[in-house]
Amino acid sequence: MENEKHHIVPYKVYIYILVALIAMTFMSIGITKINLGEYSVLGAMIFATLKSILVLSWFMHLKFDQPFLRIMVGFVALLFFAVIFITFLDYYFR
Amino acid sequence: MQTATQLEHEVNYLDYKGKYKGIFAWIFSTDHKRIALLYMYSMLTMFVVGVALGLAMKLELIAPGKTIMDPQTYNAVFTVHGVIMIFMIVIPGLPAVFGNFMLPIMIGAKDVAFPKINLLSWYFYVAGALLVISSVLFGNGTPDTGWTFYAPYSFKSGTNLLPAIFGAFVLGFSSILTGLNFIVTIHRMRAPGMTWFKMPLFPWSLYGTAWIQLLATPVIGITLVLVALERIFNIGVFDPALGGDPILYQHLFWIYSHPAVYVMILPAMGAISEIIPTFSQKHIFGYRAIIVSTLAIAFVGYFVWGHHMFTSGMSGTAQYTFSILTFIVAIPSAIKVFNWISTMHKGSINPEAPFLWAVTFIFVFMIGGFSGLVLGALATNVHVHDTAFVVAHFHFIVFGGVGFAFFGAIHYWFPKMFGRMYDKVWAKVGWAFFTVGFLTLYSPMFYLGMMGMPRRYYDYLPEFHAGNILSTLGSWVMTFGLLIIVINLFRSAKNGAIASINPWNSKTLEWTVPSPPPLENFDEIPVYGEKDGPYEY
Repeated sequence: MENEKHHIVPYKVYIYILVALIAMTFMSIGITKINLGEYSVLGAMIFATLKSILVLSWFMHLKFDQPFLRIMVGFVALLFFAVIFITFLDYYFR
Repeated sequence: MQTATQLEHEVNYLDYKGKYKGIFAWIFSTDHKRIALLYMYSMLTMFVVGVALGLAMKLELIAPGKTIMDPQTYNAVFTVHGVIMIFMIVIPGLPAVFGNFMLPIMIGAKDVAFPKINLLSWYFYVAGALLVISSVLFGNGTPDTGWTFYAPYSFKSGTNLLPAIFGAFVLGFSSILTGLNFIVTIHRMRAPGMTWFKMPLFPWSLYGTAWIQLLATPVIGITLVLVALERIFNIGVFDPALGGDPILYQHLFWIYSHPAVYVMILPAMGAISEIIPTFSQKHIFGYRAIIVSTLAIAFVGYFVWGHHMFTSGMSGTAQYTFSILTFIVAIPSAIKVFNWISTMHKGSINPEAPFLWAVTFIFVFMIGGFSGLVLGALATNVHVHDTAFVVAHFHFIVFGGVGFAFFGAIHYWFPKMFGRMYDKVWAKVGWAFFTVGFLTLYSPMFYLGMMGMPRRYYDYLPEFHAGNILSTLGSWVMTFGLLIIVINLFRSAKNGAIASINPWNSKTLEWTVPSPPPLENFDEIPVYGEKDGPYEY
């Protein structure tokens, strides 16, 4: 364990991420004001996904962790998207 | 903590005297074996309540019309029966008891990766159980929605639903933490030389299960929070009157609750995969095929939830997709059955009680599985949806599958857990009564459902009378068998003959440590050699 590299992220990066997260929160609220019809959920999901990637990568340090852990998280994300996709086979074809 | 004369590897976990005394030595213990027994006794307590409610339902149905309870009481009884049996018995079931007890020993570890979180999981379990019980004892009447808490009734019902919903939410935390603990334990704490493909099949099944616990349980947690918010603040997520979609509730509920079926059944299959090679004295047939099928069930099981909703009004495209996926998930289960039977082929069969439970597991699980295909096919599902057929199907899978595997597992690992052997004759008598009672109780329900008797009704038409009488009689025979089993095990835990280290001549690591195991399992962590394996007979 002592030989593992510990990456230190500068505080300003955390602040940039925080600002980006707040901005995207407002954007995901703002997008509901635009009538995108059946694509409004997709819009909200895109912002939520981008926010999750930022949190996972920097706040949860995944960007600097072992590739194995990134693969595991990626697999879980794929599973999650597959569940969303199948759910929408109902909503889009109902 | 240890005294100078009581070294951890010398004293068994039952006799170990630590920092605390009496009951505190148990409820503050972080030893995985003691936590396993805490779970077992808590679950047994809830199981007695669940069985009593089940017996009451069957007694009500012994004759048409009101027999012992009114319709509202019947609704409450089947709701609490379902919540207890699903959330407190079969979901934690084998992982919490045998997973906690056996996983570290089977992989050559001294404990799980996070012992304190393990104890916290049990606290969450007890807290959740107490919350559910409080919904019965206090407030405006016992919940009456069924264990599924379907919208919109779950936020329209005037009964005391919030504690039950919150209880199920808290129970979910117990499940998530156990899953997390097992994943880390299996990744990080296997004995040196125990590669992934030298790991026994029970830990493999716990690994697949743990991923489902970790990833699917949060979905039900959030869904139940949304129901609570709907009840309190009318937020309009599921309420059609406010623009919500009640079918969304069904999606979210079953996105968790169908994988939860595999949380129940995968460890059961894992236990069967340990019992059959032991009592056949033969290497398990298709070791890798069983592993792949375990992971395939865990994976494909995420995508079949819609078969619970074929009559809900969802789109045809979704119906076809879910139906096809449901048929696909049957394949890995069939692979396992093939492997178990092939293991027995030309084996040196020793028909002890665990083996009898294991082969009956295969029998009832296959009946449950084949009847599941009737429900997975769109055309036949419409006819039997929400009938007694469905009740028969899931009791064959959930009670038949998990219950028979649990009893098989307790009879298999009992000598290791308590250091004593049970009375083998009474064990077989209990098994015989239980099996006959089980089949008599649930088989008529297939017929009743095919003939059109709906589920969750306290009354029925006269033509369903004979089937219901038979079913009620079966419930008495099964309970009699259950009493024999429980009394035999309790008596034997105290007064049974002293068990040897390896009474069944098994090959997995738990049979190399003393019975009962010492506090930290191994004096020295075992090392797996090139030719070592869990089933090398």
